[in-house]
Amino acid sequence: MPLYTITVNGKLKNVEVSKDTPLLWVLRDHLELVGTKFGCGIAQCGACTVHLEGNAVRSCSLTMDAVDGKSITTIEGLSENGTHPVQEAWKELDVPQCGYCQAGQIMTASAFLDKNPKPSEAEIKAAMHGNICRCAAYTRIFKAVELAATKIS
Amino acid sequence: MSTPSITFSRRSFIRTSSLASGGLLIGFNLFTACKPTVTPPVDISQLNFNDFNAFIKIADNGAVTIFAPNPEIGQGVKTSMPMLIAEELDVAWDNVYVQQGDLDTNNYTRQLAGGSQSIRFGWEPLRQTGATARQMLVNAAALKWGVDPSECTTLEGVITNASGDTFGYGDVVKEAALLEVPENVTLKAPKDFKIIGSDAKNVDLEKIITGKPLFGLDYKVDGMVYAAVLRPPAFGKVLESYDATEAKAMPGVIDIIKIGEKAKELTKEENSNWTVAMSTSDKVVVIAKTTWEALKAKEAIKANWVTETPLESTQDQDQKLLALLDGNKFNTLRKDGDIKKAFAQAEMVLERTYESPFLPHNCMEPMNFFANITDEKIHLVGPVQTPEFAANAVAGMLGRDVNEVHLEMTRMGGGFGRRLYGDFVYEVAEIADAIRKPVKVIFSREDDMTAGTYRPAIKYRIKAAVKDGKLTAYHLKEAAANGNMYGLIPNFFPAGAVENYQVDVANYKSNITTGAWRAPYTNFLAFAEQSFFDELAETMGVDRIQLRLDLLQKVKGTTDKRIEYSPERMENIIKVAVEKSGWGKKESGTYQGFAAYYCHNTHVAEVADVIIENGMPVVKKVTCVVDCGIVVNPLGAKNQIEGGIIDGIGHAMYGDLVFEDGTPQSQNYNNYRLIRMMEVPEIETHLIQNDLSPTGLGEPTLPPAGAAVANALKAATGNRFTQQPFSKFPEMMQAKSAPKTIIG
Repeated sequence: MPLYTITVNGKLKNVEVSKDTPLLWVLRDHLELVGTKFGCGIAQCGACTVHLEGNAVRSCSLTMDAVDGKSITTIEGLSENGTHPVQEAWKELDVPQCGYCQAGQIMTASAFLDKNPKPSEAEIKAAMHGNICRCAAYTRIFKAVELAATKIS
Repeated sequence: MSTPSITFSRRSFIRTSSLASGGLLIGFNLFTACKPTVTPPVDISQLNFNDFNAFIKIADNGAVTIFAPNPEIGQGVKTSMPMLIAEELDVAWDNVYVQQGDLDTNNYTRQLAGGSQSIRFGWEPLRQTGATARQMLVNAAALKWGVDPSECTTLEGVITNASGDTFGYGDVVKEAALLEVPENVTLKAPKDFKIIGSDAKNVDLEKIITGKPLFGLDYKVDGMVYAAVLRPPAFGKVLESYDATEAKAMPGVIDIIKIGEKAKELTKEENSNWTVAMSTSDKVVVIAKTTWEALKAKEAIKANWVTETPLESTQDQDQKLLALLDGNKFNTLRKDGDIKKAFAQAEMVLERTYESPFLPHNCMEPMNFFANITDEKIHLVGPVQTPEFAANAVAGMLGRDVNEVHLEMTRMGGGFGRRLYGDFVYEVAEIADAIRKPVKVIFSREDDMTAGTYRPAIKYRIKAAVKDGKLTAYHLKEAAANGNMYGLIPNFFPAGAVENYQVDVANYKSNITTGAWRAPYTNFLAFAEQSFFDELAETMGVDRIQLRLDLLQKVKGTTDKRIEYSPERMENIIKVAVEKSGWGKKESGTYQGFAAYYCHNTHVAEVADVIIENGMPVVKKVTCVVDCGIVVNPLGAKNQIEGGIIDGIGHAMYGDLVFEDGTPQSQNYNNYRLIRMMEVPEIETHLIQNDLSPTGLGEPTLPPAGAAVANALKAATGNRFTQQPFSKFPEMMQAKSAPKTIIG
């Protein structure tokens, strides 16, 4: 099996897995980073969202072959102690219900605000549309992204 | 509010013990064993408190740990139940550490998440426990000081006597553990509540937003292997043979085994109960080193399936249900007066049929469970709403003593009723028993959506008689796959308000596994009933709000014990909703729909505002009024309320699981639609303030949401939706399309 080297949350990691192994399962099963969640496996729900070179991507549908040598940030590496403005906003508004999708929501929101720190209402809704929250905590997710934007800018 | 009238026997109520590590452990009894098939007692004083224990732990240094007894599925009980204890214990909420209690069949019962009942049943006993512990600590301090306990006060974990001396709870905890347990402690009056009624954040918030392991899927032990299960591709098919040669040679694959023999015990008729809803077929299991390798190798197994029972399609199901409604094989669940006579004498009769599809639960965390089985012990860990049932079933199917089972509950990535059924626990137990290694069974999304215990398709037919401008008869018929409405549902509104009233139910036995889905039965019944009342008011030419209010007048003062809903509380929420939503006073271009419903002991009114954007109706806002008695945690309550409404709208609009030859036609989110951010309306919530005992919020706001939207869509488009999902009828979703009613 091929050996891959990726940078995860600033640290170099070597993993030996078959080339079609999705990044999601390398993170979860090999690197013990279980904050990134499995929801659908086909890039439809957003629970597995991580940052690849700063862009929000679905780790369930990115094979190791595609990410070799690249830099990845997961929810565990978004900030030192949960102090990223998006995480702070999530805490302030007590967003989660079951909480399972929230890491993916936060990773989508943080990459989005990084590129668009002063978004309109419609832009926030469009950016977050790809992430399913089955508990439907959508109103708080929306407000938290709005709040995070004020913290960033 | 006065001290509760319930008297607790000291021995049955509380047990204390000193901890080896120093400190006091308090066990308290709570809740009757409440199987979900049994209707919860209406009167809380009928409950038997001998069966349930949870714990407070107070360390020598004063640190307080409260064990949350019930499974957390996102409904917030891991936060709100400990709040009740902390209030009466009189400690600062910020200093309380909350820990999930394990399943403990010796000491706990009703460790169950279902029916929105955790807070309602926990309200008195959890506060009694906190108050009893507080009194013991006070008594210990008084003894040390040589003063009367009545001279002592407490504030946030500190006891103060008349001279101003103080002890922290940790200073007296050892002595307290040796004291007699006091009886008849006094509970706080609601006006003195500090924690109850204040906003408390989710106790797992920090862990959730930083990605710490919390969920079943995150659980791992050294040497753990992963199991992916190949299940029948259709309901009605069973395994005949399989060839795993190719799969066995794939990377990471440890073994391929067949299971099913042991689980067959559970699917036998005499063992069938609602927690066992699973296929009787054998299944092929891949055991692998990683999740991905297990899931991938499963796809390489070549299996032959044979048809054992008829393969159902949605079209056949619809015909069967309509035939049941047209037929005469009903069970009558409530009968008042003589509907036949009233219909014969009616001046006007309105009859409508409402139709709903099968629905999968789609918890975001797919089903999974861990097991490690040795000759001495059965260790089970994971997300399940009914841990006690699961433990008993596993012990039963493996021929083991239930005392050998240790079950730990993880936080759950959603429940919605799916995790009431332990099929995945039984699967992993059979696997672990065979391979004798720590193992976790994991469902892919496709496994999760196709091996479900679905909300069954249900159809309602409602018929009303009107004479002299009054509603004289109401006849509700239900046809469902597998089961029918239960408990007191047939006595919900408008029971008691109409002289001639009858509820009839019929079902057919489907081989598709079905079960509870968030707000069972009422999740669609509320839609049917509240849509019907809207149309009834239109047909009668009366005000739709006044029609409801007039009917409620007739229920006031009822002596019918089966009627749970309060006409006074219902009247109040309706009036508040009218006022807060600006009902009837909106500028032109906003179309409103109204619904009010009682279920799971909570009264809810909702008004949906629909506007037209680009020629299409859009739900812009929902105003919601909730009377759930005292609101324990308003911050959590509002989250539940909003989520319930959006979930209700989402499934009414889009939810649809179609079957073709026994196979669900949607298998993942590429062809199954859940509501997403851009479709979400603004929600304005109003909580009624009163001092009545609290009731639950996990379910009650979902049922009326679909009706409020359908009634608003009628106003906006002229079209009345009687079938869910609405998205099946795009031609009706146009602002100026010709009025049309789909009548089943």
